Amino acid sequence: MTVPRPVLDVRGLIMDFGGLRALDNINIQVNSGEIVALIGPNGAGKTTFFNCITGLYEPTMGDMIIHTPGKDPVRLNRLKPNVVTENGLARTFQNIRLFQKMTVLENVMVARHCRTKSGIAGAIFRGRKTLREEQEMVEHSYRLLEKVGLDSYVNELAQELPYGAQRRLEIARALATEPILLLLDEPAAGMNPKETHELDQLITRIKEEEGVSILLIEHDMKLVMSISDRIYVLDYGQMIAQGTPREVSENRNVIKAYLGEAFDA
Amino acid sequence: MDYFLELFFGGLTRGSIYALIALGYTMVYGIIQLINFAHGEIYMIGAFTALVVASALSLLGMSGLSLLMLSGVIAMIYSAAYGFTMEKIAYKPLRDAQRLSPLISAIGMSIFLQNYVLLAQTSDFVSFPALIEEFPFMESVTIMRSSELVIVVTTAVATTLLTLFIKFTRMGKAMRAVAQDKTMAMLLGVNVNRVISATFIIGSALAAVGGVLISSHIGQINFYIGFIAGIKAFTAAVLGGIGSIPGAVIGGLVLGWTESFATGYVSSDYEDVFAFGLLVFILIFRPAGILGKTTSEKV
Amino acid sequence: MKTDWKPLMQRVSSEIIKSIVVSLWFVFLTFPLMVMKIRPLDQTIEWRWMNLVYVGVGAFFLSFVWRYLMARKERGSEKEEGDSWQKRIGMKIRSDKRVSVSGLIGVGVFVLIFPFLFSSYQTSIMITALMYVMLGLGLNIVVGLAGLLDLGYVAFYAVGAYFYALMNHHFGIGFWAALPFAGGLAAVFGILLGFPVLRLKGDYLAIVTLGFGEIIRLILENWNELSYGPSGIAGISRPGFFGIELTLQQHTVYLFYIMVALVALTTIVVSRLRNSRIGRAWIALREDEVACQAMGIDKTRTKLTAFALGATWAGFVGCIFAAKTTFINPASFTFMESAMILSIVVLGGMGSIVGVMVGALVLILLPEYLRAFSEYRMLAFGASMVIIMVFRPQGIISGIRQRYEFRKQAQQEVSP
Repeated sequence: MTVPRPVLDVRGLIMDFGGLRALDNINIQVNSGEIVALIGPNGAGKTTFFNCITGLYEPTMGDMIIHTPGKDPVRLNRLKPNVVTENGLARTFQNIRLFQKMTVLENVMVARHCRTKSGIAGAIFRGRKTLREEQEMVEHSYRLLEKVGLDSYVNELAQELPYGAQRRLEIARALATEPILLLLDEPAAGMNPKETHELDQLITRIKEEEGVSILLIEHDMKLVMSISDRIYVLDYGQMIAQGTPREVSENRNVIKAYLGEAFDA
Repeated sequence: MDYFLELFFGGLTRGSIYALIALGYTMVYGIIQLINFAHGEIYMIGAFTALVVASALSLLGMSGLSLLMLSGVIAMIYSAAYGFTMEKIAYKPLRDAQRLSPLISAIGMSIFLQNYVLLAQTSDFVSFPALIEEFPFMESVTIMRSSELVIVVTTAVATTLLTLFIKFTRMGKAMRAVAQDKTMAMLLGVNVNRVISATFIIGSALAAVGGVLISSHIGQINFYIGFIAGIKAFTAAVLGGIGSIPGAVIGGLVLGWTESFATGYVSSDYEDVFAFGLLVFILIFRPAGILGKTTSEKV
Repeated sequence: MKTDWKPLMQRVSSEIIKSIVVSLWFVFLTFPLMVMKIRPLDQTIEWRWMNLVYVGVGAFFLSFVWRYLMARKERGSEKEEGDSWQKRIGMKIRSDKRVSVSGLIGVGVFVLIFPFLFSSYQTSIMITALMYVMLGLGLNIVVGLAGLLDLGYVAFYAVGAYFYALMNHHFGIGFWAALPFAGGLAAVFGILLGFPVLRLKGDYLAIVTLGFGEIIRLILENWNELSYGPSGIAGISRPGFFGIELTLQQHTVYLFYIMVALVALTTIVVSRLRNSRIGRAWIALREDEVACQAMGIDKTRTKLTAFALGATWAGFVGCIFAAKTTFINPASFTFMESAMILSIVVLGGMGSIVGVMVGALVLILLPEYLRAFSEYRMLAFGASMVIIMVFRPQGIISGIRQRYEFRKQAQQEVSP
């Protein structure tokens, strides 16, 4: 029986900024249906990693491959960010990057762009096909808002949302692109324990109901330990440990570099 | 060969003036990331002020070097004052606004100042007295005029003084700090408002020097000279690397020589097209300019 | 209860002192240029002491106004979106069907009978105003929706105008035949201009487009073989009316109705574009280019589309301009034109269609009716750009936020 290919397969990734090596020979795989966490002290290179695989940075070396089950694997190197998204990789941002002056619904609808087709002619003439597509966009987006619990905010401007809601909107927006892999960059940042718990449940639900795999960067150890199937630990651009939550929490290097004595599993 | 040298020194002269104006652009951009669209008008106002003052003073019997210097200094003071006021009215309130607003405000200010001078003075070309007298020792020299020599020397001196200022004085250091990281400089106790004002003041004064000198050289001015000179000086600033002081000088010289040789050997009709073409070319292919660094956005 | 006079008096006197200082500063500042004047003819100086008084007094009072407005701005910036009276009136007009429908009918009727109510000259002015409305709507796509600061929009205007002029001059091609191609050619230029500038941000994009605009103008001025240089092209045909000969007056009326129809068409098209998939992509691009790409939007294509579509309208209006004035030369296509069209978009409220219309009408009609002050027109124009940016950067009309309103019913409604 063949082992199914990982949804995300990154090998030998090196990222240099001038003389600074931000990522040194990184290997990360995410398998279908997994929730994988990427942790490490600030500045370790985690967001840089996200930026490499999503096409914002061009890595110095290495291979990044995404594999949607049922389709051919696609090499992500040198693809433009929007093409990366079309191929099934969606992300949220460490600093919230919502479209502030658009409504909550519009934010999600925008993300449907790469899955829809109508162009200038459609916009001007509003034929039946275009109208149907608009309808579909609205409905799909609304369903996603319901899923993350933001349907009551549907016509509010994004900038008027409370912080926790904004974070959830980022997730809904990313989901609208129909990804097979969802990249979450510090989704729990700034959340209180109750919100974090809700986030935990949301992420789990997303994995199960939407069939997406998840790779997340997080500092909140409780969330990471609770939700992850596997963890990778980065420090100064190097992989210092990987494995199950249990393995990682007992790893000496990790404890030394990052977790500190305050943590008990 | 003589023709070549003539063009060379002509280009050197032009380039010096562009450099003087470009310094103002580059310093302001380095500090607050704003293209001061109205900077060209400061140059023009310097020229007009010098004209008015020189006419008044010559009526009182002044002449020669002292007339030039006094008019020049007064022009510098006034340009600096205009630059200072302009910043307080049109740019300071917009420091935290999105990028488009200060630029549009700058365009509005530019239009306002042009028409202000137009209405306050005249729309005609006004003749500017030749304040720079011919030096006796230059009489035999045909490739270069006295006024050109004065321009080049003055620019060299001004640039040197500026570089020393930036490097060794407290304010110079504060300027460099604010240009690198405004918030941090503020947290360290630098009075950012004062630094910004100082930047505008110095840049404007330099533009005024350029205005006075070139107007003496060419012999006439009108309210519109700021626009063209402004665009060209901005080209020079970008060419050399915006935010870089030596860059502004290098950019100015390159532009000056390009224009001089292109109009001398190719065609004089398309003079302005060379400058604009160069600007477009640089911004598309190497926006960082000759000396600039390419910065990437942090995601 | 006794009023506490002392702190109040102190406050008042400190305000007065501030204003006096400002006044003195401006008197100093404007002294050489306002008070002293060079007489070009005999090189003497004229002393205009009255100006000193005007500046002094004017600055004194304006500084109060300025400080008051500044204080208000600092206090009220968050409340803007909420309570503004324009928003309330706007909402009222929209929601009350009777008001909105009767209003539209009223405007419609007024527009239709306009040429018969007013003189030919005034109709001509209105045509110009409508042309600027159309230009504003076109630039609105580029600047207002997509957030690409184009300072060289006049180049596309020139392309349309010269295309028709040359086609007419050399081949006798008529207005109606040339019109669509004028727009098409402008669109091509839009893509050509857009392509090299894709990577540029904000200020740089603005300057490059300005450079392009100037280059086009200079080429038109100097390439005599193509464009006949500064002397321009004359004798351009007016739009044909089924081959019937019309008088000048009748042509004006005819052109007026053509413009009304075109403006209506433009409004519908731009409005539909805005509320479509591509419109949302433009707004997303404007809001956050990086996030926009991350959501799967092709930045390059979106920008080029904006440039091309925006340019198309300028091309159309250029063709109309040539037909209206029957004579064009490069002097009509300066940077100042681009600046004015940009102001219409910005001052009217970026992205707002109604705002652009109001902006264009105000900008063109106001100077006409304030003829006495026409000298000060550009001065006021520049000043108002600064003032509006400082105090009301969202423009005059944008209090009404036009957005997609979701209603959870069988019928989805889209608000304009």
